[in-house]
Amino acid sequence: MRAPCFENTASIYPASRAEGHIEAMDWTALWLSLRLAVFTVVLLLPVGILAGRRLAYGEFAAKGLVEALVALPLVLPPTVLGFYLLGLFGADSPLGSAWQAFTGTSLVFSFEGLLLASVIVNLPFAILPMQRGFEAIPREVREAGACCGMTPWQVLRRIEMPLAWPGVLTASVLSFAHTLGEFGVVLMVGGNIPGETETISIAIYDRVQAFDNAAAARMSALLLVVSVVTIALTFAFSRRLGRRFN
Amino acid sequence: MDGLTVDLVQDAPIPLTARIRAAPGEVLGLVGPSGSGKTTILRAIAGLYRPREGRVGVDGEVWFDSSTAYCLPPHERRCGLVFQSYALFPHMTAVGNIVAGLAHLPPGRRRERAAELLALVHLTGLEDRYPVNLSGGQQQRVAVARALAREPRVLLLDEPFSAVDRETRERLYRELAAMRRRLSMPVVLVTHDLNEALMLADKLSLLRHGRTLQHGEPAQVLAHPDSVEAARLLGHRNVFTARVLEQQPARGFTIIEWQGHRLEAAANGRYRPGDAVAWMVPASKVVLHRRDRPSRGTTENPLSGTISEHLLLGDTTVSALRVDEGEQPALSFRVPIHVAERNGLGVGERASVSLLAAAIHLMPPGDPSP
Repeated sequence: MRAPCFENTASIYPASRAEGHIEAMDWTALWLSLRLAVFTVVLLLPVGILAGRRLAYGEFAAKGLVEALVALPLVLPPTVLGFYLLGLFGADSPLGSAWQAFTGTSLVFSFEGLLLASVIVNLPFAILPMQRGFEAIPREVREAGACCGMTPWQVLRRIEMPLAWPGVLTASVLSFAHTLGEFGVVLMVGGNIPGETETISIAIYDRVQAFDNAAAARMSALLLVVSVVTIALTFAFSRRLGRRFN
Repeated sequence: MDGLTVDLVQDAPIPLTARIRAAPGEVLGLVGPSGSGKTTILRAIAGLYRPREGRVGVDGEVWFDSSTAYCLPPHERRCGLVFQSYALFPHMTAVGNIVAGLAHLPPGRRRERAAELLALVHLTGLEDRYPVNLSGGQQQRVAVARALAREPRVLLLDEPFSAVDRETRERLYRELAAMRRRLSMPVVLVTHDLNEALMLADKLSLLRHGRTLQHGEPAQVLAHPDSVEAARLLGHRNVFTARVLEQQPARGFTIIEWQGHRLEAAANGRYRPGDAVAWMVPASKVVLHRRDRPSRGTTENPLSGTISEHLLLGDTTVSALRVDEGEQPALSFRVPIHVAERNGLGVGERASVSLLAAAIHLMPPGDPSP
């Protein structure tokens, strides 16, 4: 099953594999990683807000179980997680076959599959900080919003989001950084298709395997800079935010 | 009907049997010990808690009715609630907090109205402070102004004075007393402090274990509790059991026998000679006989005994008198310090008192022990 779709996707994006290997900097892989990270964060924001909020405020029977499931990707070895996702996305699985029927392409070894895997892997990084963020808002403050005549949507927008903002920011940064660095799951689910599923982390690994340490060093340095800038901006921003009303 | 009407009944999770009425402009004091369901009732009025059964209505408009499964969401109830913790929005300034409750006004009018409300609570000049930079008393005033912003049809105050120091609290009492004359909606004041309710409320609703024990004018409720339970809750210490001897309606007395003493009590036609009753007398209606110069009042229910307890309480003293041949708990009375000194009150000293007959109130017998 896999071989045809591998060929298929490879034939759609025939260009960059050969070029990528001779370039000093694999811009295609970097661009793909950044795209993957941004899309992951964009998809995770609403998921994290809804789930984090539900877990923060809700009292339901299966809450402990749901929390454990959300945290599972933190402790599960990435290759194990990748292995199960591979099965889940495969053309034989309900999800994989539905995707195939709907889009005509395979979910495994595709950018979309990689994105979905990335979203699942990053669930704890997105949900847990947001849950903490929403938990920090006293129930009475939310209720005061309702008593001021705000609809639940207005309470979310005008009271909860501004107060849970540090949690949302942390969640976004963690998911973004983690996606840039994810290796095991990406390799398992995405394969290593330049332009389609080869991320910068895998590209670095590739260069090292090919004894091209100079290229690996340059890409690693670039990732380092991106990470430092992201963390610095986050810290500065959340400190300014915190000073305002705490 | 105008004003607030609340009837709530449920067994679980919090047992409730509450019936509350408050007319427009009236301050209703909801008084009870912690865990008596006061806050739950307030939350049910605001729509933050949905009771199993009951009805909440304001000015003839139904907010909640379990019989028709109707429950107006909180943001559609025009209800001002001042939380015990004030629950100000920490990311908004004082004026921002008030503007948040002014969504019913056109945007151009909000700032102006918020300034008026800040002036009403004496906070002009602090518009741009964040709650973290306001004192407890100032936060409470912002919370009151925010609750009033919506032009509520009922104002709910949940222990609004519990989080401030005593000095601030007394100032806030005076402010609320002054402000309430301008308020035209029913006000429900939840408190565990009876004195607070006596000072500020027009009506008192006594609550215990989620059940309304008694409702009425504060002075009336205080002087005439319906039951031993209510009397205890009102802080009366002189609650005892006795037996009715005879009715003397012409003189306005019911005569009871207590520990071999014949006492004249305020007439109460509900009891017949031989009936067991509970009786109480407020500590303030127990009059100490002067040692040097016995006065006319000494003939009114005189009792003698030995002082078993003598405590200093601010500028008054509280004493317990173990009445001669008495087996029941001692009689409690309070006098100013100078009176206690002049009469040589102290543990082990002899003393005589009179119980003012008009203040002796009879109740159905209950468990008189505290």
